[in-house]
Amino acid sequence: MSATTIIAIVLVIGAVGYLAGAARARMVVGGETAKLHSRPGYYGSFILIWATLPALLLLVAWSSFAPVLIDNQVRDTIPESVRAEQSATQQDLSINIVEAIAEGLRLLDERELQQATAGFVLLRPLLADKGVALAGNGEDWMIASAQQLNALRDTNIIWKSIAVIGLSIVGFTAGLLQIRAQLRARNRVEGVIHAGLVLASTVAILTTVGIVLSMISETGRFFSSVPPQEFFFGTVWDPRFANAEDPDAAGQFGLIPLLAGTLYIAFVAMLVAVPIGLFAAIYMAEYASSRFRSIAKPLLEVLAGIPTIVYGFFALVTVGPFLRDLSGQIAGIATGEVSSFISATSVLTAGLVMGIMLVPFVSSLSDDIISAVPRSMRDGSLGLGATRSETVKRVILPAALPGVVGALLMTASRAIGETMIVVMAAGVAARLSINPFEPMTTVTVKIVSQLTGDLEFTSPQTLVAFALGLTLFFITLALNVYALYIVRKYREQYE
Amino acid sequence: MKVDTQQGFADGTATAVAGSNEFPVKMDGKNVNVFYGDKQAIFDVNLEIRERQVTALIGPSGCGKSTYLRCLNRMNDTIESCRVTGLITMDGEDIYDPSIDVVELRARVGMVFQKPNPFPKSIFENVSYGPRIHGLARSKADLEALVEQSLRGAGLWDEVKDRLQEPGTGLSGGQQQRLCIARAIAVSPEVILMDEPCSALDPIATAIVEELIDELRQNYTIAIVTHSMQQAARVSQRTAMFHLGELVEVDDTETMFTNPSEKRTQDYITGRFG
Amino acid sequence: MTDASLTPATTATGTRSHTRDIGLKARYAAERRFRAYGLAAVALGLFFLFLLLGSVIAQGYTAFWQTSIQLDIEFDEEVIDPDGNRDSDRMVLLTANYPLLAQRALHEKLGVDPDDRAARRDANSLLSQGVRTQLRDIVVSDPSIIGTTRTVWVLAHGDIDSAAKGQFDLTVEESRRRVNDRQLGYMQTLEEAGVMEGRFNTGLFTFGASSRPETAGMGVAIIGSFYMMAIVLVLALPIGVAASIYLEEFAPKNRLTDIIEVNINNLAAVPSIVYGLLGLAVFINFAGLPRSAAVVGGLVLTLMTLPTIIIATRAALKAVPPSIRAAALGVGASKMQMVFHHVLPLAAPGILTGTIIGLATALGETAPLLLIGMVAFVADYPATPFDPSTALPVQIYMWSGQAERAFVERTSGAIIILLLFLAVMNITAIILRRRFERRW
Repeated sequence: MSATTIIAIVLVIGAVGYLAGAARARMVVGGETAKLHSRPGYYGSFILIWATLPALLLLVAWSSFAPVLIDNQVRDTIPESVRAEQSATQQDLSINIVEAIAEGLRLLDERELQQATAGFVLLRPLLADKGVALAGNGEDWMIASAQQLNALRDTNIIWKSIAVIGLSIVGFTAGLLQIRAQLRARNRVEGVIHAGLVLASTVAILTTVGIVLSMISETGRFFSSVPPQEFFFGTVWDPRFANAEDPDAAGQFGLIPLLAGTLYIAFVAMLVAVPIGLFAAIYMAEYASSRFRSIAKPLLEVLAGIPTIVYGFFALVTVGPFLRDLSGQIAGIATGEVSSFISATSVLTAGLVMGIMLVPFVSSLSDDIISAVPRSMRDGSLGLGATRSETVKRVILPAALPGVVGALLMTASRAIGETMIVVMAAGVAARLSINPFEPMTTVTVKIVSQLTGDLEFTSPQTLVAFALGLTLFFITLALNVYALYIVRKYREQYE
Repeated sequence: MKVDTQQGFADGTATAVAGSNEFPVKMDGKNVNVFYGDKQAIFDVNLEIRERQVTALIGPSGCGKSTYLRCLNRMNDTIESCRVTGLITMDGEDIYDPSIDVVELRARVGMVFQKPNPFPKSIFENVSYGPRIHGLARSKADLEALVEQSLRGAGLWDEVKDRLQEPGTGLSGGQQQRLCIARAIAVSPEVILMDEPCSALDPIATAIVEELIDELRQNYTIAIVTHSMQQAARVSQRTAMFHLGELVEVDDTETMFTNPSEKRTQDYITGRFG
Repeated sequence: MTDASLTPATTATGTRSHTRDIGLKARYAAERRFRAYGLAAVALGLFFLFLLLGSVIAQGYTAFWQTSIQLDIEFDEEVIDPDGNRDSDRMVLLTANYPLLAQRALHEKLGVDPDDRAARRDANSLLSQGVRTQLRDIVVSDPSIIGTTRTVWVLAHGDIDSAAKGQFDLTVEESRRRVNDRQLGYMQTLEEAGVMEGRFNTGLFTFGASSRPETAGMGVAIIGSFYMMAIVLVLALPIGVAASIYLEEFAPKNRLTDIIEVNINNLAAVPSIVYGLLGLAVFINFAGLPRSAAVVGGLVLTLMTLPTIIIATRAALKAVPPSIRAAALGVGASKMQMVFHHVLPLAAPGILTGTIIGLATALGETAPLLLIGMVAFVADYPATPFDPSTALPVQIYMWSGQAERAFVERTSGAIIILLLFLAVMNITAIILRRRFERRW
């Protein structure tokens, strides 16, 4: 019986329980439902919960622990001799083969099974015939282990089904026995729902805890092979691939060049986004007619809805080559020699395109904040005979300044955490440079490049990604906490 | 409705206040209509504001008195859906004429708002804001003198002279409102419009501001919207009564409160609605 | 303003003001400049938008047509099954030399001399490698076709497709071109005969991964993205709504709920790539879920979308006026009944709008999926969310790394499709908001 079937059966019992509970409640009071503490439906739900909730919890617990127990038992069947010579990883591999054999054995019929148990040499072609490919060379002991694995699994499923469905029926009966007119069924049911709501709201906490814990533990493993000061203050990024024979080739994991690239590109992006976004916001809030606003504002916000991969592609295929060719032309005019001084992937390309992406963030955040400045401020200034621009520059912007700064910090945090644009347009060379026409790389680019491809989760080359991720997480977190604090203070001022 | 009382009361009433005609007309509205989108807020109002007098605009809330006031320095321009028809003149010039500059108009017709709205800047900067944008002070000393003069004019100087650099928002409500008045007179306007300037203030602060208004009459033409008839009686020389967007009656304040010619004015003054 | 218009009644105050200079000219110039900057900024933003969309569309709209060649293919038994044992060995039909059938038909159509090897080679390379699977599928699905002649549209080679769409510069020296002069001649012959034309590119939507542009499609990616969106919807919507209800309606105001609140706001701003690291560490390394599977992608995107949904839902719940709550409680409803009978239905449009926008963001998200191994070459449709698959944006990323011109076109085409999906979702959200928005 598969888990799906068990769940289905439990749910059917629950559904029956709902009807039975409601009916029983009616019966208890002889049809005068007004005498009941709660509406009959609540008594139904009461039974439904009793019949399903404990059983499903048991199923979850069983399904997570049983495989571990089975795995341990199967490992015990590995002969002493084998255990003596094989390393832990080799044993893992053997267990994988055992599992594959176990799958395969189920496909064989009676006669083939007899033949197969004689030895691995005979089994292999049989399994191949059924389309079961084995990862490595098997040994004879594995057949017995596989058979035991199958046996254990069969027993497990039987007991699991009995226990879960049994518990469901017990719950059903126990619930039904409790039903009487005074039973506060609604309160009980609502209590369960309340618990569910609380549980749901802790998911957010759990996510944060998950992020922090998983990254800290992996980062800890990274720091056990690379000292933290080399990571945080190293100026060379050269994570060569692990080479056991040559200990000098361990690679260098300096954060500084990546951080420099990240901040540089974010800076260029802000240089593009802030003036455009801020002026657009001012125009929208102070000058534009409502008609113009109703068209231009959503159009600008479309820019925010476009996935970053599209910006990356735009940078890669359109902006990068354009800047490269343009710089070639300029160089041609200036020196007579056509040589591009802007590479196709460069700080400028990535920053420019990221800046375009950020324009709607700056403009809509600033628009909100500028619009939050009370009307009486505008009236006060206009009433003295100030022009619109004088009002904006001398009254509204100074009043909105903290909020705008908060908005810009949030935007900057987005620029720092942005991945796809820099992956496609910034380059991969980790260099310290101040020339914006050359490629530089960022923290996010390196996280992606260290974690794509074949991975081995023990080498510093992959673990460094978590250290980078943790750094990124804390930088953006700090920016955001501070920005939210500023914005909140700002809003309180006018509320 | 048309109100043609101006001719009527000038000869008919002999009051303690000087006769209205002794004061030349500063601003004059003829057949003024105001629309917000499709909704009409003011119907065919004819009302003049006379020089060096306080004209009070009274009436129940939503009667259009504030709207009319805001037409006089074209603050309604800032509301997109708002449309004004009719003729409003200042010293005989149409202030809605395309050749009239709204910035200059507002420099001549200042405004004080219902809720004190000091800028979130220092007291000094609040008062010097107008002179600065209009370039009225030639030097820093000039500007300081102007600020002091304005604050004195608003009766606030003694209270704030030691803390000019502190934020204007830190003052009490009544001080804030007097700061806004100082801010307005720093531009040396000819007319000051006041839109319920005391509605957000406590009685003591109100009394101080009312006193101030009475003093300002020496140098400025003032139009004040007020909800309170007592206030109108205390500070104004002429009173205009609005109801549902129409001008019901306009007369010397004393006449208006002792011997109103319109039934609706009587009802309002005796508290039958409002 | 002129003094000439002044009336004699004007007093000293009036004249004083009229003559004073308040620097209007310079101030208005500054005003105009400032306004122009604003307008220029808006215009620049819109220009970028149109440039972005324009360049994608200009490069991508051709991807929806694929050059195909109509051939009269004789399904010759001699070629497909020379030994006649296809009934006993099913591998025969799977491994037969199908390209030969197409090549023969093409040679016939072009009149290629069978002894001219160079000509034969040039003609053969007009055809896509996908011809093999195309013909194989026809034969396997209906073996009775063997021995007959059928008219079939087969795919042309990617380079031929690019050449037919005019994407190659034909002035370049022949040896440096991907299509030579003889092939161009063949193409002209075929076009004049009306047997080569651009047909609607269904393969773009149905094919899996392929290293050849003409047989590469987004079928796997669309299914993978669909699985992930379904997982996000099924998990994030109920959890998000439940969490918001608790925080907004039930939670006591204490330290813990404060922390949760700050937490959610910050989670919404965590870079998406960090969620990828979380998915890798928790779902793959710790829980042992398979790499490259849609289920892991779905879980990661769920965690990423949750804060968005919670924030939107809480805003929607907040917008329901307290009077409704008081009314429900006043007639004796329990707090739970008040929430589920009154508040939640009223907040539903807002919640739905927020959810759709969250889903749209998740659909376009790439970075975290790269880390959980969805950058995979998957040719077969994933049967369940546990099978390897890719996602739309990841497919775009993978294609954008390919050098061939035909892949640039396909990438842009894929972007157009992705943007269409997003547009549909966002427009639905806008319509929902317009239709059901209630102002209290």
